[in-house]
Amino acid sequence: MATTNNTIVRALYDDDDTLMSAVKEVREKGYSIEEVYTPFPVHGLDHAMGLAPTRIAIAAFMYGVLGLTTAIVMTYYMMIVDWPQNIGGKPSFTWGANMPAFVPIMFELTVFFAAHLMVWTFFAKNKLYPGAKPQNPDPRVTDDKFLMELPLSGDEEAMVSLLKETGAIEISKEEAAAH
Amino acid sequence: MHYESPIREPLILGDKSYHDITKDVARPVETAAPRSWWIALGVSLVLFLWGVGCILYTIGTGIGVWGLNKTVGWAWDITNFVWWVGIGHAGTLISAVLLLFKQKWRMSINRSAEAMTIFSVIQAALFPGIHMGRIWLAYFVFPIPNQFGSLWVNFNSPLLWDVFAISTYFSVSVVFWYVGLIPDFAMIRDRAINPIKKHVYSVLSFGWGGKAKHWQRFEEVSLVLAGLATPLVLSVHTIVSMDFATSVIPGWHTTIFPPYFVAGAIFSGFAMVQTLLLIMRKLFKMEDYITMQHIEMMNIVIMVTGSIVGIAYITELFIAWYSGVEYEQYAFLNRATGPYAWAYWMMMSCNVFSPQFMWIKKLRTSLIFTFIISIVVNIGMWFERFVIIVTSLHRDYLPSSWAMFSPSFVDIGIFLGTIGFFFVLFLLYARTFPVIAQAELKTILKSSGENYKKLHGKDGHH
Repeated sequence: MATTNNTIVRALYDDDDTLMSAVKEVREKGYSIEEVYTPFPVHGLDHAMGLAPTRIAIAAFMYGVLGLTTAIVMTYYMMIVDWPQNIGGKPSFTWGANMPAFVPIMFELTVFFAAHLMVWTFFAKNKLYPGAKPQNPDPRVTDDKFLMELPLSGDEEAMVSLLKETGAIEISKEEAAAH
Repeated sequence: MHYESPIREPLILGDKSYHDITKDVARPVETAAPRSWWIALGVSLVLFLWGVGCILYTIGTGIGVWGLNKTVGWAWDITNFVWWVGIGHAGTLISAVLLLFKQKWRMSINRSAEAMTIFSVIQAALFPGIHMGRIWLAYFVFPIPNQFGSLWVNFNSPLLWDVFAISTYFSVSVVFWYVGLIPDFAMIRDRAINPIKKHVYSVLSFGWGGKAKHWQRFEEVSLVLAGLATPLVLSVHTIVSMDFATSVIPGWHTTIFPPYFVAGAIFSGFAMVQTLLLIMRKLFKMEDYITMQHIEMMNIVIMVTGSIVGIAYITELFIAWYSGVEYEQYAFLNRATGPYAWAYWMMMSCNVFSPQFMWIKKLRTSLIFTFIISIVVNIGMWFERFVIIVTSLHRDYLPSSWAMFSPSFVDIGIFLGTIGFFFVLFLLYARTFPVIAQAELKTILKSSGENYKKLHGKDGHH
């Protein structure tokens, strides 16, 4: 045990199926996986890694409710409270009576808020923004390679041989600098 | 694990690996543009500039420079607006509706179809802007008090619904497109050698690295956006049709308009996707990704939506007769036999008869025939909007005010200008953006790639 936990071991794979079985095997052996980089969404990888399901759809629903509320408040204030008008004989005494004419606006604003705020949340949670440094340590993982990152733990040689066994084509180590 | 029934045709032809997909998608971005691209860009740019000139002339002088008159107060401007919005609909249909239906063949065409959506909605949005006449008062359409006093916009009006529908549709389409582009920009960034290029794609890719958690969120976001975009795209053309349907003009005041307009929009949009992709697959040598099967599928969509449009035309005629309203009856009789009968029959033959050829397998798998039909359909759909708008207006209740419409050179110039602008944007896109959603396509290589499918067949196990 010469090294401590802040060293990172990187295992590179060249196939998604090999990666999947490697992830399962490595976790079975009790190692924790820090990150996996893939060029495309590998189905079932999140389950295999034990990632919690994403809650972004719930966020989108709440943003949608916010959009709907905005539309209701806006039409109520502008068309009923502030300046009610008789337009084409449509009832303007209560919001409820005038509501059918506002359905398109309510729908559009629901979609507008849900879609845009969800995408902003997606960018913020993933720390994606114009000018951000590429997050992948190896440029090949956006092409056809798959990279598994694990913190070094236990016997280094045992770990490396396990990774080799699972089909890794390249194994490298990096001292995680304080950052 | 990656098994797919052998009955299904492969969606990716040839002996491809993940790396081959990367190379094939990055090739147009990494190589110099051929002469044909420069020529096409030059022609489009000239048309675009001519259009800009005509728009400036319109704004400077007023919409009196168009061919409009007291009777026909809406003509090419709204025709072009509806035509361009309609074309846009196919992109969202391919990327959102087909995603929800798990149609994998969408993957090699959705990127370009969405690009087409965005570029055509830009063209569409120009027309309401300039036909206001006083474009400097364009802020009147926003929900702010007009004159900065206390008079608000009218939320009872379909024209205002249109503002909300089109701006939501445009902006949501842009983010949907961009979220999908990020991993592909990252792929180009990681291959780029030229430092300036690397920097540009680095900024565009937002630092994407393909982390497992990010892919999980990415898929969820794509699914939710597809779920939102599906009713959205239906709402947009529904609301556009309400601009007409809620009026009291015979020929416009029709409850069939929303579904009829949506079907027409999908019909014309798929035709435009065909036109663009047939050229692109040839020039970019992407026949392995945009296969004959893709083209055939789109031809079937064109045939089905064309038939729906045909039924709508016939229903309109029937209802006009059945309603017993003489004004309504006259409006339709005048369409089919009046001075604009040539436009009506142009519309009928392009939209109803021409797609029926697609029943024949030989014709719908012919590239040349598909290309011709795609152009014919777009001409037909332009005439459909012209017929609905102009023939319903030109003979109103007072025969002394009956008139004809003839476009001025400004009308024609602006229309040609939008075609030029559209192609300028599309041509620039085709050489700088990954034109195929390569990250997504890689997920189906093992199940729908020709080489892998053969392997599955040989092993005989799933």
